[in-house]
Amino acid sequence: MFKKILIANRGEIACRVIKTARKMGIRTVAVYSDADRDAVHVEMADERVHIGPPAAAQSYLLIDKIVDACLQTGAEAVHPGYGFLSERAAFPVALAEKGIVFIGPNPRAIEAMGDKIESKKFANAASVSTVPGFLGTIESADHAVEIAREIGYPVMIKASAGGGGKGMRIAWNDAECREGYTLSKNEAAASFGDDRVFVEKFIVDPRHIEIQVLGDKHGNVVYLGERECSIQRRNQKVIEEAPSPLIDAATRAAMGEQSVALAKAVAYDSAGTVEFVADQNRNFYFLEMNTRLQVEHPVTELVTGIDLVEQMIRVAAGEELSFRQKDVTLTGWAVESRIYAEDPFRNFLPSIGRLVRYRPPEEGSDGEITVRNDTGVVEGSEISMFYDPMIAKLVTHGPTRLEAIEAQSDALDAFVIDGIQHNIPFLTSLHHHPRWREGRLSTGFIREEYPDGFGVRAVDAAAKPLLAAAAVAMEVIRQDRLEALPGRLRPASGDLRKDWVVRLDKDYIPVTIHEGFAAIPLELDLSVGEGAAPVNVVSRWQPGDLLWTGIVGEESLTVQVRPVPNGAELRYRGISVVAKVMTPRVAKLEALMPEKAPPDTSRFLLCPMPGLVVTIEVVEGQEVKAGETLAVVEAMKMQNVLRAERDLTVKAVKAKPGDSLAVDAVIMEFE
Amino acid sequence: MKEILAELERRRSTARAGGGAKRVEAQHARGKLTARERIECLLDERSFEEIDIYVEHRCTDFGMGESKIPGDGVVIGSGTINGRIVYLFAKDFTVFGGSLSETHAAKMVKLQEMALKNRAPIIGLFDAGGARIQEGVAALGGYGEVFLRNVLSSGVIPQISVIMGPCAGGDVYSPAMTDFIFMVRDTSYMFVTGPDVVKTVTNEIVTSEELGGASVHTTKSSVADGSFENDVEALLQVRRLVDFLPANNQAPLPEIVSHDLPDRVERSLDTLVPDNPNKPYDMKELILKVVDEGDFFEIQGNHAKNILCGFARMEGRTVGIVANQPMVLAGVLDIDASKKAARFVRFCDCFNIPIVTFVDVPGFLPGTAQEYGGLIKHGAKLLFAYAEATVPKITVITRKAYGGAYDVMSSKHIRGDVNYAWPTAEIAVMGAKGAVEILYRSELGDPEKIAKRTKEYQDRFANPFVAAERGYIDDVIMPHSTRSRIARALRLLRNKQLENPWKKHDNIPL
Repeated sequence: MFKKILIANRGEIACRVIKTARKMGIRTVAVYSDADRDAVHVEMADERVHIGPPAAAQSYLLIDKIVDACLQTGAEAVHPGYGFLSERAAFPVALAEKGIVFIGPNPRAIEAMGDKIESKKFANAASVSTVPGFLGTIESADHAVEIAREIGYPVMIKASAGGGGKGMRIAWNDAECREGYTLSKNEAAASFGDDRVFVEKFIVDPRHIEIQVLGDKHGNVVYLGERECSIQRRNQKVIEEAPSPLIDAATRAAMGEQSVALAKAVAYDSAGTVEFVADQNRNFYFLEMNTRLQVEHPVTELVTGIDLVEQMIRVAAGEELSFRQKDVTLTGWAVESRIYAEDPFRNFLPSIGRLVRYRPPEEGSDGEITVRNDTGVVEGSEISMFYDPMIAKLVTHGPTRLEAIEAQSDALDAFVIDGIQHNIPFLTSLHHHPRWREGRLSTGFIREEYPDGFGVRAVDAAAKPLLAAAAVAMEVIRQDRLEALPGRLRPASGDLRKDWVVRLDKDYIPVTIHEGFAAIPLELDLSVGEGAAPVNVVSRWQPGDLLWTGIVGEESLTVQVRPVPNGAELRYRGISVVAKVMTPRVAKLEALMPEKAPPDTSRFLLCPMPGLVVTIEVVEGQEVKAGETLAVVEAMKMQNVLRAERDLTVKAVKAKPGDSLAVDAVIMEFE
Repeated sequence: MKEILAELERRRSTARAGGGAKRVEAQHARGKLTARERIECLLDERSFEEIDIYVEHRCTDFGMGESKIPGDGVVIGSGTINGRIVYLFAKDFTVFGGSLSETHAAKMVKLQEMALKNRAPIIGLFDAGGARIQEGVAALGGYGEVFLRNVLSSGVIPQISVIMGPCAGGDVYSPAMTDFIFMVRDTSYMFVTGPDVVKTVTNEIVTSEELGGASVHTTKSSVADGSFENDVEALLQVRRLVDFLPANNQAPLPEIVSHDLPDRVERSLDTLVPDNPNKPYDMKELILKVVDEGDFFEIQGNHAKNILCGFARMEGRTVGIVANQPMVLAGVLDIDASKKAARFVRFCDCFNIPIVTFVDVPGFLPGTAQEYGGLIKHGAKLLFAYAEATVPKITVITRKAYGGAYDVMSSKHIRGDVNYAWPTAEIAVMGAKGAVEILYRSELGDPEKIAKRTKEYQDRFANPFVAAERGYIDDVIMPHSTRSRIARALRLLRNKQLENPWKKHDNIPL
C-alpha cells in the first residue's frame, strides 16, 4: 500500500479523500492556489504544496505543477477527485512517466469514455442501449439545425468534452437550436478548451439514473447499485438519492450488467459511473460514462457500506477487489442535497463572499438515522469566484426513503449559513414537495414545479402556530432578563405576562400563556389563537442563539432565528417570515401603521451578482421587447444572459464590457 | 361627593380626548399615532402617570380666548421602561398642532426640572408646528427656558428626542441639544426654516422631505442618530436603547444576566483580516462576534460609515463600541467620522460607559475638501474626546494603525487602559510603500530596489511587535480570543479611578 498520496484537488472532495487516506494510515499532500491558502483541505493534509495563482487554469489544471509537487514531496500516488484533471488522459500518462500512480482508471479508458462521441461508439459495440443522435462533429449552426430536424425536436446540444451541465442546451425549435449551438460552443471553449459539440434526441420526462461501477486491475468489475439524480436545475444536480424510487430489481440488474459490460470493454480499473437516461416506463439509454469519483458518491457509500475512495486507492495499488457482485447489498435509503452558494430568490445567481457563520448540523448516527456532511469550508472561509459554488453535500440515511427525507429536512433546518446567499430554503422546499416525496420525478421536476422560479414560501396553516409559539417562548426569555435591570420604580412582580400578540407577516395572532415560568430550559403551556387548545412548549433557547430548537405540542422543530428591529426573522422548512411579539395594545397600534411600498427599481437593470460584463447588447435610445437580451454578465465561469422583463426603452447605459461590477450595480437605466 | 368624583372623571376624559376624534382620525390617516398612543408604546403598560393634564393657555389675542383645550398641546409625566423610571413629554399634534405656548413651555420646563432633580432619563416625542404665533414673544421666552434646562441636564441625565412629525423653527433646538435624536421615515422632518421661507430667501425649491426628512438627517447632516420605519418601531427601539443606558451620570451601569460565555472562542476571527492588506473586510462581523449575543445598537449607522459607533454589552454590562470600518473609504478618519465618533465617546464618558475601540485606520483623509472643511479641528475633536475620557478604555488594533490616526484611536499615549493588537496589526507612521517613496526618493527610478526597500520596511514595521517592545501595546492577542481578553480587561477596570484636573469645563475645539 502507498505510504503517501497527493490529492490534486481542493474543497470538499480533497477533504473527503484525506479522511479516508488518514483512516488507512496513508500520509497526504494537499496542493493549493493563492485563493486557498487558508483552505480546510490545506490544513487537514500532512503536507502542502503551493501551485500558483487562483485561476484553475494556472494552478489546479496544470499537470506539470502537480507532477512537480509529487516529486517534491515523494507522493507515490495521486487522487484527482472530480473535475479539474480527473478525466484528462494526459494526466495519468504524465504521472506514469515519473513512476507515480494515478488513483483512477487507466488512460485508455479515460480517453475512450471521456469523449461523449467515442463513448457512444463503445457503448454500441458493447450492446448498451443508446439514445438516437448524431455522433459526428457539427460544423455550423445550420448543420446543427439540419441534424436536429432529422432526429426531430426536442434535441439536446452538448459539449463533447463537457460535464456538469456546462456547455449543454436544449432546443425545441430552429431558433433555439441556433442559439444553443453558439452558446454551447462558446461555453465549451471557455470551460474545457474544446469547442466540439454534438446533438441528440431529447427524451421527454426523462429521469437521470446512474450506475456506480468498480473495477480492479485483475479484470473484476462489480456494480454498486444505482443513484437517481433527476432533481436538477439547468442540468446541474441538486438532490441525489440511492436507490432510485423508479428502479426495480430486474431493471437494476439489467442496467448493472450493461454497465459492467461497458466497463469491461475498456478494461475499467477504478470507480466509475455509467449515466443513463430513463423514461417513466423504465426504458433506459446510455448517456455517458464518468471515469472518476462522482460528486454524489456518498449516497452509494451509505447504502452499500463501501468506502469508494478506499476501494479506488486499493485497486490503484494493485489489490484485487475483496468482494464480488453477490456480496453487494443495498440497505436503507440515502438522500443527498447539494448546498450551493447561490441566491434562490434571485434566480439562483451565484453568491460569493465570506462565510460569516457556518454551522452544519451534527454528523453521526442516532438510532437508524445517519447524518453526513461532506464539506471543505469552515466558518470564516471565503467562497471565491474562482471555483465551483458548492459549499457542502448534506447526506442522510434512514431505513426508508421517507425517513431519509425527513432526516434531511431536519438537518437542513438546523444548517446555519450567513454571509452569503445559499439554496437551503429551496432545498427545504423541495424536500417538502409532495411530488418529490412520492418519488414521481423527472429531470424537468424543478422547471415544472417552480415555473416562475422560487419565491419566499408564505407561512402555511401548519407552520403558523409553531412559529408563533416559538416566538413567544423567545420573548418570555428576553423579557425576563430585562425585569432584573437596576433602578426600578418598584420590584418586579415575577409574574409572567399572559397575553401576547405575535405578528407573523401580516397576521396578528393572539397567544395566551396559561402556565409556565421564565427559565432556561423553558416550559410553557400556551394557546395560539383565540380559544385554541393549550399546547406544551419546551426549549433550551437562550438569547443570541441562531437556532430555536424545541417542542411545540407533538412537533419537534428547529427554527433559524436572525434579529430584526423589534423582532426576529424566522426560517423554517423553506419559510422565511418576520415575527414580532407585542402586547395586545401595542399590536393594535401597530396595525394602524401604514404599509410602505418598497422603492421602485424596475427602471434599472441591476447587476444580479458580482461579475464581469461580457457584452452590452443594446445602445442608448434603443427600444427593446420583453425577453430580448440586454447584457451578458459572467460570474463563476457561467455566462448569465440578462433579458428585458418587459418592453422598454433604454435611457442610459452605465457599464461597458470588461467592467467588474458589484451586486446591484446599475448596468442600464430605462425610460 | 359622588358628583365631585364624576366631575373629575369628566374633566379627565375631556383632557384625554385631546383635539377630538376628528383630529385623531386625521393623525392616523397620516400614518401617525397620537401623543397618548405613543406613550403607550414607549412605556410599560399602565405605568404612565400624567401631570398637568388640566393646564390651559392664557392667551386672549386673535380669538384664542375662546379656544382652550386642557393639556395645551403637550402631554407630560413619568413612567417606566422595563421597570426603570423615565420622564417624558409628547407633543400633541391634535391640540393646536402641538404648538408651543407659554404654558405649554412651562409644562416642559416643569418636567425637565423633575427629571434633572430626580436623576432619571427624559424622552421627548416631537410632532408640532413650532411656536404658537398668537402668543408671540411669550412663546419665544418659553423656548429659551426649555433650552436652558436641556443644557443644564446635559451630561447629567440621558436626554432622548424622537421626531415623529413636523419639527421646525424654535422647536428644533431643544432636540438638537439632547443626546440622541431619532426620526420616523416619511412622516417626520426637521429644519430651522421651511420650504416656503427657503424659496423666498434663496429661490431654492425643495420639499420638506428633501430639506429635512429622516434620510437627509441620518445620512447627510448627521443631525439625527437613526431613523425607523414607523412610530411603533421607533418607540420600541427607544425602549431598547434605554435598556443600555444608566439613569444618570452617577448611577451604576445597567446589568442583565448574560448567557453568553465570556470566554467564547471565535475561530473564524483568525481569518477575518484578509492576506491582501488592500482588501477590505467587515468590521461589524468582529463587533457582532465579540459582544454579548451579537446585540449591537448602532448610532448614526448611515452617516460616516467609515466609523462604527454603538452600544453593546459584555458580560451583561453596557459598553460603547467605536470601530474603524475598512469596508467604507478604507476606514479612514475624515471630518464626518471624527465628529461622529467624538460625540459618541463623550456621551460614553459622561455616563461612565466603558469604551472598546477596534482600530484599522490608514490615517486621515487627504485633500482640499477635507482641509478647507477644517479636518484639523474636527479630527482634534476625536483626539480630545478620547484623551479627556476617564472611563475604562480598551483598544484592539486589528490591522492598520498609521500616523496621527494611530494616536487618536484610543492609543496608550492618550490614556488607553488596555491596548491589544492582533498579530496582523501594523503600527507605523505610514504604509511601507509610502514610507519608502519618501525615504528612498533617489531610488524611485529603480523598481527592483524600491521593491527590496519596501520589503525591508514591511518586515521591520508591518507588525505589532515594534510597538509592543515599547509597551505601547500591552499584548499581542489571538483574534479568536478577542472576546475573552476584552471581557477580562473590563473586569479588571471595573474599579478604575481617574480624575482630570479641576476645571470649569474644558475647551474642546468646536
